[in-house]
Amino acid sequence: MERCSLFYTDIVPHNHALGLKLLDIGPAEAVVELPYADFLVGNPETGVIAGGAVTTLIDAACGSAVILRFGRFLPLVTLDLRIDYLRPARPGISLTAVAECYRATRQVAFVRALVHQGDKSNPVASAQGTFMRLEE
Amino acid sequence: MSDTQPSPTLAELVLQVRKTREYSRLTDAIPYARFMGIGVEHLAGEMLCRMTYTPKLIGNSFLPALHGGTLGALLECSAIFELLLQTETQRVPKVISLTVDFLRSGKAQDTFAKAFITRQGRRVANVRVEAWQDDRTRPIASANALFLLSEP
Repeated sequence: MERCSLFYTDIVPHNHALGLKLLDIGPAEAVVELPYADFLVGNPETGVIAGGAVTTLIDAACGSAVILRFGRFLPLVTLDLRIDYLRPARPGISLTAVAECYRATRQVAFVRALVHQGDKSNPVASAQGTFMRLEE
Repeated sequence: MSDTQPSPTLAELVLQVRKTREYSRLTDAIPYARFMGIGVEHLAGEMLCRMTYTPKLIGNSFLPALHGGTLGALLECSAIFELLLQTETQRVPKVISLTVDFLRSGKAQDTFAKAFITRQGRRVANVRVEAWQDDRTRPIASANALFLLSEP
């Protein structure tokens, strides 16, 4: 957990800039929180967080799940990411992404994620991504 | 504008900026675009988005490479600004789904994006977006996005 948390500090400057926090990990699972902040607002009329920040949250959580699945740090790239927004996020409340790497081959890893605001049965977004290990 | 005038609503601002092309007034009104350094520019007769490089956009310090999320953010913002400035919609469109393909790693430099509205209906718009750095013919990421347009 401590080692994986490094990805949310200065090692990954953009995760740190958004305020992402690693909440929990499993064998191939990562739970990451994006605290609500005024600078993340994408619609000043509603106060709803920008989709771009949610994309970064999901990408970070999915990347962590892949690293946990492989069991060690390795350079990764995101090949693709699809996000479905199931309902609008409520302003003022943090977003939590739960990502699971459900399949990994030697080179490619498949991840799915859900984003919620405290109630897992009422998710804000659902995502699926593909990652690849870089040559070492 | 003097300080005594009330600041315009976003819809008013969108209408003004469509005429004046003072795009920074619109992008500055969106906190996340300001934080990310994403702006709209008119270059050689077309409207482009630029994400100005800062170290906080980095996702991999060793390469170094831009965070994948920042490219997703640029593509999505570019689509939103295209819809706000080139269609009738005056409210920030809501993203329904977004699919991003990451084609090359993003270097530590400015990134550009161009959005193309592939279909615009009354309620839904489909937008395709490409992002590049040095060479426009070698995009570093592309996206297809679906937006819900709110009634004016």
